[in-house]
Amino acid sequence: MSVDMSQFYQIFFDEAEEHLAEMEKLLLSLDIGNPGTEELNAIFRAAHSIKGGSGTFGFTDMAEVTHVLETLLDKLRKGELQLRTEMVDAFLMAVDVIKTQLAAHRGEGERDESAEVEVCRNLEELSENQTLDPMTRYEIALQDLPQPLIEQLKRIGEAQIEEKEGEFRILLLTSESELVIREMLEFFVPTDAVSMSKVEESYGFFDTPEEDESFGFFEPEPEPYGFFEPEQVEEAYGFFEPVVEIPKKAEEPKAKPAVQSETIRVSVEKVDQLINLVGELVITEAMLAQTAAGLDSAVFEKLQASLAQLERNTRDLQESVMSIRMMPISFVFNRFPRVVRDLAAKLEKQVELATEGETTELDKGLIERIADPLTHLVRNSLDHGIESPEKRVASGKNPKGKIMLRAFHRGGSIVIEVSDDGGGLNRKRILEKAASRGIPVHEGMPDGEVWQLIFEAGFSTAEVVTDISGRGVGMDVVKRNIHELGGRIEIESKEGMGTRISISLPLTLAILDGMSIGVSDQTLIIPLNCIVETLQPRKSEIKSVSGEKRLLGVRGEYVPMVVLHEVFNLPPKSQDIEQGVAVIVEVDGRKVALFVDDLLGQHQVVIKSLESNYRKVHGISGATIMGDGSVALILDVSELLAA
Amino acid sequence: MANPNQMTEAGAESSREFLTFTLGAEEYGIDILKVQEIRGYDTVTSIANTPDFIKGVINLRGVIVPIVDMRIKFHLGQVEYDQFTVVIILNVAGRVVGIVVDGVSDVVALSPEEIRAAPNFSSRLDTQFIMGLGALEERMLILIDIEKLMTSREMELVDEASA
Repeated sequence: MSVDMSQFYQIFFDEAEEHLAEMEKLLLSLDIGNPGTEELNAIFRAAHSIKGGSGTFGFTDMAEVTHVLETLLDKLRKGELQLRTEMVDAFLMAVDVIKTQLAAHRGEGERDESAEVEVCRNLEELSENQTLDPMTRYEIALQDLPQPLIEQLKRIGEAQIEEKEGEFRILLLTSESELVIREMLEFFVPTDAVSMSKVEESYGFFDTPEEDESFGFFEPEPEPYGFFEPEQVEEAYGFFEPVVEIPKKAEEPKAKPAVQSETIRVSVEKVDQLINLVGELVITEAMLAQTAAGLDSAVFEKLQASLAQLERNTRDLQESVMSIRMMPISFVFNRFPRVVRDLAAKLEKQVELATEGETTELDKGLIERIADPLTHLVRNSLDHGIESPEKRVASGKNPKGKIMLRAFHRGGSIVIEVSDDGGGLNRKRILEKAASRGIPVHEGMPDGEVWQLIFEAGFSTAEVVTDISGRGVGMDVVKRNIHELGGRIEIESKEGMGTRISISLPLTLAILDGMSIGVSDQTLIIPLNCIVETLQPRKSEIKSVSGEKRLLGVRGEYVPMVVLHEVFNLPPKSQDIEQGVAVIVEVDGRKVALFVDDLLGQHQVVIKSLESNYRKVHGISGATIMGDGSVALILDVSELLAA
Repeated sequence: MANPNQMTEAGAESSREFLTFTLGAEEYGIDILKVQEIRGYDTVTSIANTPDFIKGVINLRGVIVPIVDMRIKFHLGQVEYDQFTVVIILNVAGRVVGIVVDGVSDVVALSPEEIRAAPNFSSRLDTQFIMGLGALEERMLILIDIEKLMTSREMELVDEASA
């Protein structure tokens, strides 16, 4: 082939990934007892698309697995087989295998061939297994039907009895072998008075006159075409009654779900470029507005009116451009039904997962980086939070635990909550553990501070270390990850009632909530997420240690002070410390009071790199452009603390 | 510096164009292709704990650009900032940097014959950054390899690791 297919690989990979995610979602939502035809069809379509694509691109391994998967799915959607839990499990396993294959083709991992073989074998078995339907239909005709026989027959299967011209006809659906039934019949009635035949595929529309040997003559072809609605086992057979032909439903036009809308694929760089440009436009607009504000509004009324219009337009433009990068959080939430299902089964717990606010949108970059910490929190809730069913019943709860994932907007940030109705955090054990690890704690600590202790490295109060959690690596990583994203994490917990962990994140990675402060003649930005409080210190609250390091007493706690103009070698505005403001910041569990001259205001600032044209500056994480066009530096608080 | 890209279009053979600027009484020349634009001196946000010749950073249409005052760096000319102070915005080694000079004179084309090798002498400006001396009638232009200078450790503009 002369066409270079590799240029289309990326598209195929992306699409296959979407199809797999769709399949997984649908599989998890399937009602085992009564699967919807539309759902089965949707799963089939997704599998079929992957098979087609992988065939075209020569990924035979993926095509093979999807083919086997498709075979079983096809039987299911045509109603030839009944959906069973093992099948869903097998499908999910197959989805996993295809994911691994996909990753391998992308060069991000190894194929697991033994798993491929295993899954294919499993799927094949499942699709054959029921072809030798353990439930067989027998038609029995006999003259006499004693009551005990009826009872016996009903015990081994489902029996429908009809009396016709002094003769009894029984249609029996059973998993027992023919021999067993014959023996049972012979026990009650003479052998010659009984005729029995096996019904291969009874559609119940043959009006068989008598129990004659020619029954098979009218049999439909062994491979049914699905023309007729398959009979439900529980339902009546419409015995000998002609059944109205029901047109096959399966091949309905492939109506996609209504949510599907037209999309185009655009590279992230292009979008980012657009966002940057709009950012510039916003700044320029702010500069213009500032200049125009100084003009006489009597004379320049028109100009000012147009500028106000411009401001509205730029804001709208910025919002819509930002929304391009936004993705609904369902992209992350959707993976959890699977995580919870697998884990709950492993831990032998009963858990129900509920999600709320899946349509809440946040930046794509955040979506990608929030997934791991969230998975960790959900696993933790499941492992440590939700108790075993017995324990739950003993404490008067529903044996089925509940994990709730919620996402919503609050102010300029997104809040994601993971809550469970489990046992809650054990205050006593956390305090004990903290004390044993040499962390200064006391009995009177407020709950909020106690809960924060679980974010310490190596901290785990789990009684048993499982392979899921309890090693104490994790919560500290979760906290660090969230911090890197510019977010905060909070815990609420009540013993016996459950735990709620809420993460608040900025809307995008490029925007930071900051407090602008004045140091000497400079303006600096402190990220808002690390500010605990600000206060005006009194001379009496400032203590010195060996005449040098200064400590600030805040309600009985002594916090080291960092005087910013000393750090940056700037002339202070005032020598009088009471004229300034102390900003208490906390990073990695350490508190420091930053001493600044003024608090100027709170802003959302666009982070710009200082390093792209300059170099790393100690204590500075980046720069931003203020409304007047000037540059302000953003403090790197953790670096300042490390100094 | 025998980069063919740096040849000018009009250039006969290897005639090259230089932007000349003054620092005190001295005249310097830099490769015109490294120059992005020339602008006035604006308010600069100073950065703490940096050498005095690094004036700080400015917002150049949304890009944060460091500004170096060459007059302070080489102890030349009057260090004053007024409406006549000129900043040359350079594009060197993929970075955008601004340098403050006394004044920009003109753009000259120099043929290879007009460029003399730099004699070895000691000065504040290390001779390794001098590409040569341009003789132009009465004028003598000190031709600086601006890219090499700006990325050198001496200017403290780039991280140690990449310097």
